[in-house]
Amino acid sequence: MGDTVAGVLRSQRSISPARALLGRMVRRRLVVLSLMVLGVVVFCAIAGPWIAPYAPQRMDIAHRLAPPSARHWFGSDDFGRDVLTRCIYGARLSLTVGLFVVLLSLVCGTILGVVAGYIRRLDGLLMRVTDALMAFPDILLAIALMSALGASAYDVVIALATVYTPRVARVARGGTLVLRELQYIEAAEALGATDRRVMLVHLLPNLVSPLLVQGTFIFASAILTEAALSFLGAGVPPTTPTWGNMIASAQQYMQGASWLILAPGLCIVLTVLSLQMVGDGLRDALDPRLRRLT
Amino acid sequence: MTEYVLRRIAGMVVVMFIVTSIVFVISHVIPGDPAAVMLGSDATAADIAALRARLGLDAPLPMQYLDFLRSVAVLRLGDSIFLGRSVTQALLERAPLTIQLTLMAAGLATLLGVPIGVLSAARRGTMADQVVTAFSMTAASLPSFWIGLTLIEYLAVRWHVLPVAGYGPPGAGLLERLRYLVLPAIAVGVPNSALIIRFTRTSMLDVLHEDYVRTARAKGLHPVTVIIKHAFRNARTQVLTVIGLTVAGLIGGAIVTETVFALPGVGNLVVSAVLRRDYPVIQGALLVISGVYVLINLGIDLLYAVLDPRVRY
Repeated sequence: MGDTVAGVLRSQRSISPARALLGRMVRRRLVVLSLMVLGVVVFCAIAGPWIAPYAPQRMDIAHRLAPPSARHWFGSDDFGRDVLTRCIYGARLSLTVGLFVVLLSLVCGTILGVVAGYIRRLDGLLMRVTDALMAFPDILLAIALMSALGASAYDVVIALATVYTPRVARVARGGTLVLRELQYIEAAEALGATDRRVMLVHLLPNLVSPLLVQGTFIFASAILTEAALSFLGAGVPPTTPTWGNMIASAQQYMQGASWLILAPGLCIVLTVLSLQMVGDGLRDALDPRLRRLT
Repeated sequence: MTEYVLRRIAGMVVVMFIVTSIVFVISHVIPGDPAAVMLGSDATAADIAALRARLGLDAPLPMQYLDFLRSVAVLRLGDSIFLGRSVTQALLERAPLTIQLTLMAAGLATLLGVPIGVLSAARRGTMADQVVTAFSMTAASLPSFWIGLTLIEYLAVRWHVLPVAGYGPPGAGLLERLRYLVLPAIAVGVPNSALIIRFTRTSMLDVLHEDYVRTARAKGLHPVTVIIKHAFRNARTQVLTVIGLTVAGLIGGAIVTETVFALPGVGNLVVSAVLRRDYPVIQGALLVISGVYVLINLGIDLLYAVLDPRVRY
């Protein structure tokens, strides 16, 4: 604790304390704001069917391509479907896909990374595999996997988890390489702990904060890549409303109906931005040493 | 130095071997018969069997794998199923556009990212720094296809500043064609500048804490001189690394953005190949794009020695 306080004090030396405090407060306030935005998005995703003003496929041909109004807050699309409703249902899909991608890639990536970092014989091979996976642009690997897998939300999760697992593995390996040199690990080994025990009991708990931060950033990337997949027509079938496929089908009506791309686009940007802010805030809060750099 | 270069090249060969294996797994091992998928639901069993034989899909998997490795090793990428030409030819025809777009976007991302990153490090903790942080986070949250469409809507359709889409009439000169790439390059470059801004800022902050920077300031050198001649020179290698890392993001952005702007580049080729399950084209594009990425990053590693004489291998 003493170290931390001293570190913070030292790092703040070059700018006035009031200003640093102000800066941190603005940051915190943004984090709070971001959490509120995410709260709204999560609420929409969970309560979608109860709070959406219409059914997602309900067509109101008399009011097709209607601009935002009291009847359709975000306007209506070329079939007269309510854009707000479809955005709410899009949140359901984006968040569910994002959440499962994060969970799956955290589990796989952590196992790979800790094993690679701790059991040195496997390090070379495992890291070359992550290098190879990271040599593909996210979206390219994702669409190639989708071409082989299928087109359900389940397939999107598998494809994106494959894309993001190496990033988790990198973080977990890096952390493990640092931790394994520490004395408490040496002590555990001297006491005869098995590799499995060292990894699960001694390494894993100390990797939680960097992995949590990385998980938040992957959540943001997964939502962006899912949107791009849907936009390209390589994601879930167009019958399910997603933010990406709403923008894709709005392309031809853009002129004169700009709300069609504005609403789902803002949903993507606000959600992703909030996740990044929260990830940033988490990193600052969990690792005060990094504050010097941010 | 020679030993280091050879070691890096050997490492690159290993990574490309694994890349090739991953591409094989994607196209051959994942459940689902490519031949059946390609021919659609109303194909007869005989048609499917014939196509399987033509594509070599009836051989045992290990044999197919060896065949695949052999043909990749001699850069033979096979023939497209729908385009009536070889994959290599199809990629070569479309590569110039994608290279131009990626270079323009890379230039924009660098021109935006490096000065802004340096500036915000020099003005750390000020309002300007916070505006930069907000900008870089927002930029990183923008889907390139959405920026592309928004740019089309305002700059092209409403204000007629730049062309809407496409790559110019046939026979248009290079300058005319580059005009068509301005909006796509913005759509790809801006989101990718975010990472460069953040990395430049972080590496500058690292360097600005060094003693020699304090010495330079104490000598009474102009602050701009200190930042540019003393600090930035030493942050360059790290900045170069992150520019190398954004290559994947830039190419990914180009793939999506070409679709938005109806540009006949590699991205458009890949997307239509995925939608039509044209597996040879998908394989070829995966191999070539990851190969380019690996080569660029190898080149950057080797450039370190040139830029930073302290680096000894």
